[in-house]
Amino acid sequence: MHELAITEEMVKLVAEEAARAGIEKVEKINLIVGKLTGYVNESIQFYFDVLSKNTVAEGAQLFFETIPGMLQCNSCRKTFELDHFDYICPVCNGVGVKLVGGNELRVESIEGD
Amino acid sequence: MEFKVLKDILSANDQIAVENRELLDGNKVFAVNVMSSPGSGKTSTILQTIKGLKDKVKIAVIEGDVSSSIDAEKISKEGITALQINTGGECHLDANMLNRAIKNLPLEQIDLLFIENVGNLICTAEFQLGMHKNLVISSTAEGDDKPLKYPLMFTVADVVLINKMDLQPYIDFDVEAYKKAVVALNQRAEIFEISCTTGQGIDAWLAWLKKQMGI
Repeated sequence: MHELAITEEMVKLVAEEAARAGIEKVEKINLIVGKLTGYVNESIQFYFDVLSKNTVAEGAQLFFETIPGMLQCNSCRKTFELDHFDYICPVCNGVGVKLVGGNELRVESIEGD
Repeated sequence: MEFKVLKDILSANDQIAVENRELLDGNKVFAVNVMSSPGSGKTSTILQTIKGLKDKVKIAVIEGDVSSSIDAEKISKEGITALQINTGGECHLDANMLNRAIKNLPLEQIDLLFIENVGNLICTAEFQLGMHKNLVISSTAEGDDKPLKYPLMFTVADVVLINKMDLQPYIDFDVEAYKKAVVALNQRAEIFEISCTTGQGIDAWLAWLKKQMGI
């Protein structure tokens, strides 16, 4: 359900940026979505189709790049993917990590004429 | 043509969050964003805190719920200013909703402001509100795996309360495993074991809060 709020913001941001770039019709929107945000691409797409009507972004294609959850070990500083939920470093078995990726939610670029 | 945007979708929200913080700081209000699953004890913890601190500090509460004003009514009964925000379907509070609510409060008469967020461990963590501290509450009845399932929430926590400790003897909740998972992810957050029913651990939580407020 929370995709509604962020898609509203996304459509607003795209309209602002298109105006800045002098784009009158947005064809593609490249998005970066971190896995840990829990946002569902299909749901963003669903709301986008409704919310973009009568805007510069109507009919634009959405491209999603998913960023995995990434942790950095506090002991050995190696980064590793959060693929099993125990927060233990697979390199040195250290306990104690910092979240360094996976919470992104960004418009990377827009394409159009 | 391709136009690089490189902007966070929530940047507008985050800007308002900064504005909220300035508004609070300008009025010397210390604000705590309270997040948990539904039923972990957000309202009960706020009520216990009011009981312990209302003689010393002036408290107000903003209640965020999808609908109803049940929680705000409970708080008002204690003679505390309570403002209800009904999100009307949204599963979290955002900085803009907070901004409107804060502007409706007599900030100059408030020392401590609680924001009771919508019961939800996912998106409430993603929307910065501009508050000073994030309080995350778990209850023993939920199980000890919450820090493993919701890493983002436990990453943003400044303090974590394990509520319903009075139920722990009857429930398979491993306090040490829970704490280990929180600490692995977030070395900054302090963890307190409490029970809003028996009052266990409330003093330690209040001592932490008073220290943060500088009183």
